[in-house]
Amino acid sequence: MLNVIKFKRIRRAYLAAFLVPSMAVIFLFFLFPVVLTLLIGLTDMTFSFEWHWVYLDNYFQMFSDRWAPKILFNTLFYVFSTLALFNFGTALLISLITNHINEKVGAVFRAIWLLPRITPSTVYALMWLWATRDEPTALFNWILTGLGLKPVRWLWYNPPINWLVVIAVNGFVGASFGMIIFTAALKSIPEDYIRAAKVDGASGWQLVRYVELPLMKWPLMFVAAYQTLSLLTSYEYIFLVTNGGPGLYTTEVWALYSYHIAFSQYAGGGRLGYGAALSTILVAIGLIMSVIYWKLFRFRELMIEPKIED
Amino acid sequence: MDEWYSLRKLKLARIKRFLSAFVLYSILILLTMPIVLMYLMLFLQSISDELIGLIPRRLTLENWYFLANGYIKVPGTAGTYYPNFYLVAFNTFLLAITVGCLEVLLASLAGYAISRYKFKGRSQLLALILILHSFPGITLLIALFYVLNMIGLYDTLIGVLIVKVALDLPLGIWIMKGFFDGVSWDIEMSALVDGCNRLQAWWKVVLPSVRNGLMAVLIFGFLSGWSEFIYVLTFISSQKYWTLSMLVKALTSEEFVYVSPGVTAVAAVLYMIPVVLFFLFAQKYLLRIQIAGKGAL
Repeated sequence: MLNVIKFKRIRRAYLAAFLVPSMAVIFLFFLFPVVLTLLIGLTDMTFSFEWHWVYLDNYFQMFSDRWAPKILFNTLFYVFSTLALFNFGTALLISLITNHINEKVGAVFRAIWLLPRITPSTVYALMWLWATRDEPTALFNWILTGLGLKPVRWLWYNPPINWLVVIAVNGFVGASFGMIIFTAALKSIPEDYIRAAKVDGASGWQLVRYVELPLMKWPLMFVAAYQTLSLLTSYEYIFLVTNGGPGLYTTEVWALYSYHIAFSQYAGGGRLGYGAALSTILVAIGLIMSVIYWKLFRFRELMIEPKIED
Repeated sequence: MDEWYSLRKLKLARIKRFLSAFVLYSILILLTMPIVLMYLMLFLQSISDELIGLIPRRLTLENWYFLANGYIKVPGTAGTYYPNFYLVAFNTFLLAITVGCLEVLLASLAGYAISRYKFKGRSQLLALILILHSFPGITLLIALFYVLNMIGLYDTLIGVLIVKVALDLPLGIWIMKGFFDGVSWDIEMSALVDGCNRLQAWWKVVLPSVRNGLMAVLIFGFLSGWSEFIYVLTFISSQKYWTLSMLVKALTSEEFVYVSPGVTAVAAVLYMIPVVLFFLFAQKYLLRIQIAGKGAL
């Protein structure tokens, strides 16, 4: 009996040794900040870090914030156009095409599409900033003038053009996620299905439309859902390329606005409380969507019981 | 007649196939072109004094001369405005390697426990890790800024390190758990029978058989630390702790005013080289993790 108790105690000590370091770090620097964001959002904290409670004032302020409607609209526009054009559209197109052409050539193209994702963000942004400069000698304008077209001032105040750049900058990074998932899904379609359709005389397009796409329903949904959240909360590339400009809040999105309110060195910055309130909305959306993914995409099934019991 | 007909049909089919391949390749090349051209532009800029589109005005290696001592000179001024390139590169390497190692250590400990032990709250813990794994950590920036200031880790690389590790850990634990699930219980059991305790068995027998997983998490952690920008920007204020992302950002903002674009291009190319090398040689590990991971976007 004594032995069993001793054994249990030793077992618990080992379990703690394995788990506690990770759990401590995750608790202090991941879970606790989730709660903290909510709490700071109820104060008017500045860089002096004083806890002065204003309760829901920050949330009322959002309704009277004259820029909030524009930024909300920007965010929705940005998320859905980038998703439709690149993270979903281009991703699907690239994976379908590379899957239908020569295997090795396809793999090379997919590798090229992964480059923007693995390139450090500051280097990637630098390339875009250089390529979109005004001079006719800058890359994009050099190509346009070479084709006999007029050069474009990409980053002067001109919302449609500015948005085109912002969406492309993010889209060329974002497309590779869907591309990888879709390619894996396409490769896992049994060869027999494809052959049967071909024997029945299906054209290339019919093959895609009536065989491949219906079989990819889950990956398609997964990418759309996952990328919506990513686009909603990531602002690194917008920060680096337009920083929300040119002009006032032309390409500012919600997540970047929260950053600017909290950390901008210009007037209007340094308001950690209001910034945290703006973030809280994203945190809430993030938590809700993460839970939905977990339920929807059969993550639950991944949680099998441990093989070994001791 | 019949034969002629089928021959014609065959020819038509071949033309059709050729045309559709032509269209597919055209779309693919047009879409991919901007990426290829931009990388080409960056490389060419690093070895020329000025670029006209993609044509160098004069090829030169002058842009690389600053690497002799790491000082990035600002034309027209006596001193330098930027921290030494080698100091910045060293900081970046230090951050990257410590993020990688710490993530491997913590993730393989926790992943092992979750894979092997049955304990109260296990399924809740696993659910938490999976939910956190898809949660966008970047939204916690303000709270993390507060925490680091309170515990005195603001403006230290350790602060950035610990934040990176915490936010990457759920993914790392999840990956390692998957690898541990694939290791048979028998070899571990024989180690325990031979008198090892659980920690010894984990270290001597189990870890060596999940080498691929360890490599994957290490490389992922290294690259995640190496490329980090927002946390360094927000949590670091002293130039002596800058990483390459900060240097490239600063050189970008001040371009054509202070520093020649060639020098900026060299810094950017050098910053990118380790990433591209890892990509070429460790693609099988990385792809695996990119799919499991949330990725930047």
